[in-house]
Amino acid sequence: MNRIHVNSTINGDVTEFLCDPGASLLDVLRDTLHLTGSKEGCGSGDCGACTVELDGEMVCSCLVLAAEAEGRTVATIEGVAEGSVLHPVQQKFLEHAALQCGFCTPGFIVAAKSLLDRNPNPTETEVRYWLAGNLCRCTGYDKIVRAVMDAAAELRQERTAA
Amino acid sequence: MPSPAFHAPDTVEGVVALLSGDPTARPLGGGTDLIVQMRSGRIAPGAVVDLKRIAALSGVRREGDVFVIGAATRCTALKDNADLCAAWPGVVEAANLIGSVQVRNRATMAGNLCNASPAADSVPALVAAGATCVVAGPAGTREVAVQDIPVSPGKTSLASGEFVVEFRLPARGARAGDAYLRSIPRTEMDIAVVGVGANLDLDAEGTCTAARIALGAVAPTVVLVEAAGAALVGTKLDDGALSAMVEAVTAACAPIDDKRGTVAYRKAMAGVLAKRTVQIAAERAGAKA
Ligand SMILES: Cc1cc2nc3c(=O)[nH]c(=O)nc-3n(C[C@H](O)[C@H](O)[C@H](O)COP(=O)(O)OP(=O)(O)OC[C@H]3O[C@@H](n4cnc5c(N)ncnc54)[C@H](O)[C@@H]3O)c2cc1C
Repeated sequence: MNRIHVNSTINGDVTEFLCDPGASLLDVLRDTLHLTGSKEGCGSGDCGACTVELDGEMVCSCLVLAAEAEGRTVATIEGVAEGSVLHPVQQKFLEHAALQCGFCTPGFIVAAKSLLDRNPNPTETEVRYWLAGNLCRCTGYDKIVRAVMDAAAELRQERTAA
Repeated sequence: MPSPAFHAPDTVEGVVALLSGDPTARPLGGGTDLIVQMRSGRIAPGAVVDLKRIAALSGVRREGDVFVIGAATRCTALKDNADLCAAWPGVVEAANLIGSVQVRNRATMAGNLCNASPAADSVPALVAAGATCVVAGPAGTREVAVQDIPVSPGKTSLASGEFVVEFRLPARGARAGDAYLRSIPRTEMDIAVVGVGANLDLDAEGTCTAARIALGAVAPTVVLVEAAGAALVGTKLDDGALSAMVEAVTAACAPIDDKRGTVAYRKAMAGVLAKRTVQIAAERAGAKA
């Protein structure tokens, strides 16, 4: 089977890779590019552990073919912190202990950031609906929702201060 | 999974040529059904033909009073078109009940239709709306009513080499409204036990002049219940008319028993939801007066 040559921008870096035509974007991120932050929970779009942004919209990378990424931009969990400075969503997940095993966390953080980039003042209901595609089997979601609400409050403050 | 060939042509003719050349080839919309089925081994197409590189296939445009929705338009993008949301809120809402935000950022209504699940959420809304789709194939293009595409679970009436290019939503009267409701055991991320789409036209006095009611998940395909629409036409949607509509809906149900709902439950819920859906459509029709 002929491998496909793909050019895309991943976390701001122009990236080239070769992939099998049937490989998922998640396969390439993890196995070819060694960006192993995105996780494969279910491989069927139900759990959201592989959430990344594709051209600025969050998607399950297990349900994107890597070949589809030609000319597109991809943002993964590895690009969320700025160097050693955590994004407020990441910081609040730590402060609120919004994780236990951590497997779902990268997906939750990418998804939560995607919400707050669009809407820095979500209601709790909006947060819960937005995150309905991310499953966590440890926390019971409550701490996650509180961390996201608190991160939103912090981002609003930063914005007014700036 | 065995790797299929991957193609991303930039013309409709290119897609038709690839689909005609390999009867196992499949169009790729958002992949939220196709890739799941390939990964599970349920299907092994020889080729996947991505529709998203054809500019005209993504996005919503107006042709006179008609809304044209490209087959590769993702469900969340429908919400960005304020005119479409105002004219056909039921269709936009139905498409945006599918899965999660992650899924809707990829999923298309054409994929929802052509996957041919009886429980596909956007399909009852499109059928109630009287939407058609333009199908391209080796013999050129043809326009087909949405309800004529699915024939049984997983099967469509599309011939070899054919695919859906766009949906066309008809012009709207001044006092018209549509709605879609589904019943699921959870609040998000589940498959409809029953889904109902309703679309009404009223005259200046509030008398119903046209009505289309379509049901999902209660038969092998989505069904347009003509008798349910007929029960409303000529009435002011009084209790008697609504009861006659509910009776027609219940009679049209031929559901399965499964873990999500029994036959009796699905039939009863179809009636309950049909009434609520018609009431929302009626409010929307009135609100536009
Ligand atoms: C986690 C999860 C939750 C889901 N929840 C729901 C739900 O709540 N409600 C619901 O209805 N569905 C649900 N689905 C199913 C799926 O998301 C929808 O059916 C979706 O609309 C499919 O669209 P797609 O563009 O991704 O289709 P694809 O997967 O790209 O295609 C589906 C099928 O249609 C064919 N096809 C695609 N486009 C065309 C075209 N233009 N012409 C001809 N054939 C075409 C493909 O070859 C394939 O056979 C869910 C899926 C997942 C993974």
